[in-house]
Amino acid sequence: MINSSLKQFGEMLHTKKISSVELTQSFLSRIQQYNPTINAYIALDEAKTLAQAKAADSRIAAGNAAPLTGIPIAQKDIFCAKGWQTTCGSKMLANFIAPYDAYVITQFDAVGAVNLGKTNMDEFAMGSSNETSYFGGVKNPWDFDRVPGGSSGGSAAAVAARLCAAATGTDTGGSIRQPASLCGFTGLKPTYGVVSRYGMIAFASSLDQAGPMAKSAEDCALMMNVMAGFDERDSTSLNREKEDYTRSLNQPLAGLKIGLPKEFFAEGLDASVGKVIEDAIAEYKKLGADIVEISLPNTGLSIPVYYVLAPAEASSNLSRYDGVRYGHRAESYTDLMDMYCKSRAEGFGAEVKRRILIGTYVLSAGYYDAYYLKAQQIRRLIAQDFVEAFKQCDVIMGPAAPSTAFKAGEKVDDPVAMYLQDIYTISTNLAGLPGMSVPAGFSNGLPVGLQIIGNYFDEARMLNVAHQYQQVTNWHSKMPELVLPKEVK
Amino acid sequence: MALSIEDIKKVAHLARIEVSDTDAAATLTKLTGILGLIEQMQAVDTTGIEPMSHSQDLSQRLRDDVITKTNLRDEFQKNAPLLGNGSTEQAVSGGLYLVPKVIE
Repeated sequence: MINSSLKQFGEMLHTKKISSVELTQSFLSRIQQYNPTINAYIALDEAKTLAQAKAADSRIAAGNAAPLTGIPIAQKDIFCAKGWQTTCGSKMLANFIAPYDAYVITQFDAVGAVNLGKTNMDEFAMGSSNETSYFGGVKNPWDFDRVPGGSSGGSAAAVAARLCAAATGTDTGGSIRQPASLCGFTGLKPTYGVVSRYGMIAFASSLDQAGPMAKSAEDCALMMNVMAGFDERDSTSLNREKEDYTRSLNQPLAGLKIGLPKEFFAEGLDASVGKVIEDAIAEYKKLGADIVEISLPNTGLSIPVYYVLAPAEASSNLSRYDGVRYGHRAESYTDLMDMYCKSRAEGFGAEVKRRILIGTYVLSAGYYDAYYLKAQQIRRLIAQDFVEAFKQCDVIMGPAAPSTAFKAGEKVDDPVAMYLQDIYTISTNLAGLPGMSVPAGFSNGLPVGLQIIGNYFDEARMLNVAHQYQQVTNWHSKMPELVLPKEVK
Repeated sequence: MALSIEDIKKVAHLARIEVSDTDAAATLTKLTGILGLIEQMQAVDTTGIEPMSHSQDLSQRLRDDVITKTNLRDEFQKNAPLLGNGSTEQAVSGGLYLVPKVIE
């Protein structure tokens, strides 16, 4: 039952085969069993969760249920949820109880979905392995020695281990797609501005975007119907008409033009990952798609550009944590300056501090033009590459990550090696384009994700492209066998 | 260009993050690596290219100048940190936040 789709869960609930309370309890008991090992959740609040499930059951009984009413969803701990501990994976916010709801939380509440708990993540979403979390690393459910990817590593592990029906994530440089690839499920980063950032703790505001993490494209479409929408409280939220993201799932793919950027298959890509992607492309040919070779010549520059822009924005966003109004305040200090410096030194982890320092450096007097302005100019070149590419194709495909899940600790002391994990995902954030990762097979028992990049606002098309593939393959329904380590006596 | 320990300390001060001498040395190695990565940008000719700050090139929306938020001060102050220096009290008083004395 736990491997059911959101639609199937919905049917079970609506036909009263199961109640939301029962469904929620079955997930809570799985969480109790596996979370001590996997560490996917930072905060659980059974009373709050079950109260929502009870309310959902009344709503279903009253006959006004929405598709996700009563379905237990895991929320990345970057979203403020009123009354919930909301930490963003940081010591800085370890005791922070959100006084209001993020837009995304409000949207799920409005349809009567159940908040199952807050999921682990890299500190302030800065990381690609979940190892920068103050609350400890997360285990990849396919191999407990390996990382789940990041920054949405807790949501990723929760979806893969079926510790939730679906989850939310955020993606600033690949934080939905890279973990989706490493944990073997479907994740979508929408076009920048489609999901409101209100109440989502800011990292790099011109790149941050929330999206669904779920088993299938169909599940992601149902999640998008809840998450997307205009919100006045986010100044970059786009005022567009509501759309039904499930509307074109069943369209055939005959004549679809798939662009393969040669830069995504060059040096740096693990050969066995490349093979899985080639097989997926072959499957698409069978579905009637045409392949076009394209070029995104500035792909290699996306990492340097990102590591100027994202830290610059982060250094500004994270200046709010000063120990005055909320967050960590140092236990002992002499004066105000000392209080600021000690509170921030103690409250932030090493990677967050590194990025704040990089950001402060590139924005400081004398360096602004050489770094920040230059990066913004190259950002436009990267975006223009995609404009040219989409003149020749409908969607772009390639790997979502250069390798399968790596071992915990393997890259933790080498930030540059860690940053290269996002080589195929960062450019879409810089351009503001939507991107997905879809399970496409395995290499040595570890999942590999196929990335699908669409043009602006083409999410429904991308979901269609992914859904059709999932009708002829079953990679998305594979789940890991969870073998808990034996207790050492 | 090469970073020095002094640069790290200066930037850390600007960012209001205390660094010990040992931390500064370790940070220098890591930041030098990251700046080496960033340096690749300098090979690109960007003459005449408009900087891009928003993917849709949109500017900020304006809204009517009306009150839209309710006063949540008490709610927000529940998250105030402890005073520090051994105190078990929150750093608030009469709706204000308490910080060390700034003006003598």
